[in-house]
Amino acid sequence: MRLSTGGRIDRTTPLRYTLDGVERTGFAGDTLASAMLADGVLTVGPSPYRHRPRGIVTAGVEEPNALVQVDGEPSLTATTVELVDGLTASTLSGVGRLEPLDEQVHDKKYVHTDVLVVGGGPAGLAAALAASSGGARVMLVDDQPSLGGSLLSDREVLPWVATAEAELGTRPEVRVLTRATAFGYYDSNYVLVAQKRRLWHVRARRVVLATGAHERPLVFEDNDLPGVMSASAVRTYVNRYAVLPGQEVVVQTTNDSAYETAFDLAAAGAQVVSILDARPTPPADLVERAVSAGIEVRAGWVVRRALGTTRIVGVSTKDGELPCDLLAVSGGWNPVVHLHSQSRGTLRWDDRLAAFVPDQSVQANRVVGAANGVYGLAEALAQGAAAGVEAAELVGCPSTELALPAVRPREVTPPRPVWHASGDPDRCFVDLQRDATVADVLRATGAGLRSPEHVKRYTTIGTGADQGRTSNVPALGVIATALGLDSPGELGTTTFRAPYAPVSFALMAGRNRGALHDPVRTTPIHSWHVAAGAVFEDVGQWRRPRFYPRAGEDMDAAVLRECRAARTGVGVQDASTLGKIEVVGADAGEFLNRMYTNAFKKLTVGACRYGLMCGADGMVFDDGVTMRLAEDRFYVTTTTGGAAKVLDWFEEWAQTEWPSLDVTFTSVTEQWSTVAVVGPRSRAVVGRLAPSLDVSTEAFPFMTFRDTVLHNGIPARIARISFSGELAYEVNVASWYGLAVWRAVLAAGEEDDITPYGTETMHVLRAEKGFPIVGQDTDGTVTPHDLGMSWIVSTRKDFVGRRSLRRPDTARPDRKHLVGLLPTDPEVVLPEGAQLVAPGVPLTPPVPMLGHVTSSYRSAALARGFALALVKGGRDRIGETVVAPVGDHLIEATITEPVFYDKEGARRDGSVAELAERPMDTAGRRTASPSLRGDAVSGALLRLSPLFDHPLASGVGVRLVEIPSVPAVNVQGTADFPRPEPGSVAQWGERAVLWLGPTEWLVVGPGPDLPGGVDVSANRTTIELSGPHARDVLEKGCTLDLHPRAFSEGHCAQTTVARTQVILWQTSDAPVYRLMVRGSFARYLADWLVDASREYL
Amino acid sequence: MLLIRCPWCGEREETEFRYGGQAHVAYPADPESLSDQDWAEYLFFRDNPKGLFAERWVHADGCRRWFNTVRHTGTSEFEGTR
Repeated sequence: MRLSTGGRIDRTTPLRYTLDGVERTGFAGDTLASAMLADGVLTVGPSPYRHRPRGIVTAGVEEPNALVQVDGEPSLTATTVELVDGLTASTLSGVGRLEPLDEQVHDKKYVHTDVLVVGGGPAGLAAALAASSGGARVMLVDDQPSLGGSLLSDREVLPWVATAEAELGTRPEVRVLTRATAFGYYDSNYVLVAQKRRLWHVRARRVVLATGAHERPLVFEDNDLPGVMSASAVRTYVNRYAVLPGQEVVVQTTNDSAYETAFDLAAAGAQVVSILDARPTPPADLVERAVSAGIEVRAGWVVRRALGTTRIVGVSTKDGELPCDLLAVSGGWNPVVHLHSQSRGTLRWDDRLAAFVPDQSVQANRVVGAANGVYGLAEALAQGAAAGVEAAELVGCPSTELALPAVRPREVTPPRPVWHASGDPDRCFVDLQRDATVADVLRATGAGLRSPEHVKRYTTIGTGADQGRTSNVPALGVIATALGLDSPGELGTTTFRAPYAPVSFALMAGRNRGALHDPVRTTPIHSWHVAAGAVFEDVGQWRRPRFYPRAGEDMDAAVLRECRAARTGVGVQDASTLGKIEVVGADAGEFLNRMYTNAFKKLTVGACRYGLMCGADGMVFDDGVTMRLAEDRFYVTTTTGGAAKVLDWFEEWAQTEWPSLDVTFTSVTEQWSTVAVVGPRSRAVVGRLAPSLDVSTEAFPFMTFRDTVLHNGIPARIARISFSGELAYEVNVASWYGLAVWRAVLAAGEEDDITPYGTETMHVLRAEKGFPIVGQDTDGTVTPHDLGMSWIVSTRKDFVGRRSLRRPDTARPDRKHLVGLLPTDPEVVLPEGAQLVAPGVPLTPPVPMLGHVTSSYRSAALARGFALALVKGGRDRIGETVVAPVGDHLIEATITEPVFYDKEGARRDGSVAELAERPMDTAGRRTASPSLRGDAVSGALLRLSPLFDHPLASGVGVRLVEIPSVPAVNVQGTADFPRPEPGSVAQWGERAVLWLGPTEWLVVGPGPDLPGGVDVSANRTTIELSGPHARDVLEKGCTLDLHPRAFSEGHCAQTTVARTQVILWQTSDAPVYRLMVRGSFARYLADWLVDASREYL
Repeated sequence: MLLIRCPWCGEREETEFRYGGQAHVAYPADPESLSDQDWAEYLFFRDNPKGLFAERWVHADGCRRWFNTVRHTGTSEFEGTR
């Protein structure tokens, strides 16, 4: 029933809502539960297992019964759902069902604060006021719509609450989050806060926990009947929501607090039948007040049974029955110690309070007020204030003033805990949400279980969505009683784990879903691949064209066509994803000698060499081709997926083992775009593309490279490298020219019907030559010898992993070797991963395995299926037959040498036929065709930045623009320019010098070459983020403290934004940020920033 | 999630770092002279104490520098970084 006056609801704002299909009305300020109770709806969904009627029990987050599904969101508690107009809810029995396709935007914020105060009740408010008065950054979070905590349940809210809230509002460094639940407390004062659809990641120097206390129920027969409610909840409904949940009320208590409920009920017009106090001698002042209010107090009484079938109609006591339609119960109080406990703080049992209270803090925090077992208002305010003063002092912003309200202290009389009143154990409920009773506990203890953790798992008590907030301590009390112990204190508690309250997966995922789930890395040529209809595959985070189907082609047909083109004409592949590292320094050659199994120190400038790298365990780690650009400069390529780990590997060895070596490393993966031109006709195409380059075999032999300028003015580094066995070139250009050069190669190859091909064709071509792919044909257990590559293992120098190759296990003769496999039926393509067994072996487990297929394809050149496999002692089994059990079939295949095509390597300089057919001129140089020469334009005009076709976004709050083509040089070691302080930027004429590390700088802006530097102008692009909400956007994905006190104009940092690494540079306090991001991640970051900016546009 | 002090960049989130295991396990000066047992000791065997542990970290998403630190493996408190 709704009272005609009072409460903190707005009677002028009625709100319509639908509950289980029935339209109802509540008021602004209601929760769903208070509106239901006002409408006389006490009963909610039946209990999940025993289907007993259940009612609303509490008025807050601890509610075990009133589960509802609201507007599609399941497992909410009606007591915490704020009523809004048009809300649709249905009551649930059990957990409900997640409705698919929740497309709501969920947001994250990473913030730092000096002091975090959890809980906006009296102690928390006092703490926040005290902590912030000296200018400290303070964050106050509270799960209610308004501050005040327990004070909101008083008949008149203390005016100080409004004063305090207003005062906090005037302090610029205070942030108050309401409707926000701190649910997880992790290492280093890291607290997660859920606020509707926003997840706050808060890093605090000090934390004050003012999380209050929850009232305990009592365990007696039929204590789950609707109409049995927490006494404090009844008081909240009466005073805060102006709702009378019953007319004829019995109050059962073990402590002082429920007396106020009785007084407020009486004042609101309810008939309070009796106060039953478990204590033999209740405090005189309360008894006196009760008597003067006309309420009888029965000392030493405890309810034995609730009467009724669908809801309570009375209670049974030791002296007969009392009629009632509401039983308000207080079984004592539990300090909400969840966050304290999650922070690894310890607990102790307080006999006087009959509760677990915080003992020692492990992290930089304090627990205050009711959460610390301090229930008196005056004491809680004082304790909160003291914690705030202390925190302010410790963070260096001592507090200046503090106005606490004058509150008359009252001595609280200790409670008398009652763990199990009486009645049929099978009808005395301990955990309402789990339908678990005293009988269940007795079964557990009867089975010999003593530890609360074991009883919890045996009975499921405390494992519901409410995590045992109301059942935990009563359950311990029942266990203790059953075991003959004095108190729950002798048992200890079960572990408190995050989350304190249920958190949706969508909230945890935030923006990491759908297209932004994981960064998608693309090359500068990506837009062409998309337009050409390529089918893509993911290689690590890279998205690479797998093949380019023509109309009517499936993958097999497309790949056969692409392979044929590369073997007989010319094909072209975007190889820009290869990892690239510039290795610079006087000892660069020595360093590479130590990393690769083969020698690099004496590689001549202008030459390339393939290298294989092992881990210290001797297992193949990565491979690639390295060019020597100068005496002190190498250009190392890695596998597409191995780029990051190879850079890590190099740096680890150089920094931690050989710091005296003069060698540095710069990742230039996105600085260069690489176009592979492959096939017997490739020489002609490259000749047209680079008319000033002598492409003859003699002038430009295999495994060398040349720097040249293409016909369109673009500078290029062209290498003769082949991953197919064919005559082939890799054309490297600064990545902003990537798309232009790709188009130029296609144009230059048009008359030769140049054919773009993807990763699938690349795989077939290399497998036909028996070239392994690290990570596909190797799995971390394969040595160079296992691959049959002993030729690349130097015996004259040490290298990482060398000693391991002599370990007995590594030198075993029956290790798995890389071999070829030819299925007996040429039409068959073995599935990759298929196991191999000897013919005739019975297929009853355990089946002795010989090995497995690592790569398998259909070959255009061989006109059959073929495979590579790792087979035990494989090189000694050449010619033998093995079988692969695949489904119900046995597929027979013959073991062969791993090289299937052009074993003698006759094709790498071009086929004889090609040379005869298209004679070169005497210098070996083809004349460039007139049309190409006519097309020549200045190279600069062909530059395209990674975001050239990205719209980005601009609005009133945020502006996003790309600053393309900024000259940038990475310098490591020594610097002949002004050195910035760590984390900041120095001006050097027109250039800016960004601090990247103690001996590493990024020099940005136009200027002469820098000795020892590495050009990285095209490696990253710059996204400028500005506008009044720029910092708000950045805080959604950047964990740095971006407060002006910590990060301001002239600061820079290498860090992560969203899920990519950036160099962050604040160029103005306006604020303006520059985010320098690797080209391949630019599109992902731009999409992410636009998405994160949406609310400010 | 830990807050880790990089000696160069200051305190950063744990996610910016990569763990490098036990510190002060030097690469042997002459691996070829080691017995199989000694080489295996270097390769595979590491201490695993509950308590203070000297270990290596690298600030992978930041300045990319390796550093040594002492951490309590029970509490994850860092005792000192250099």
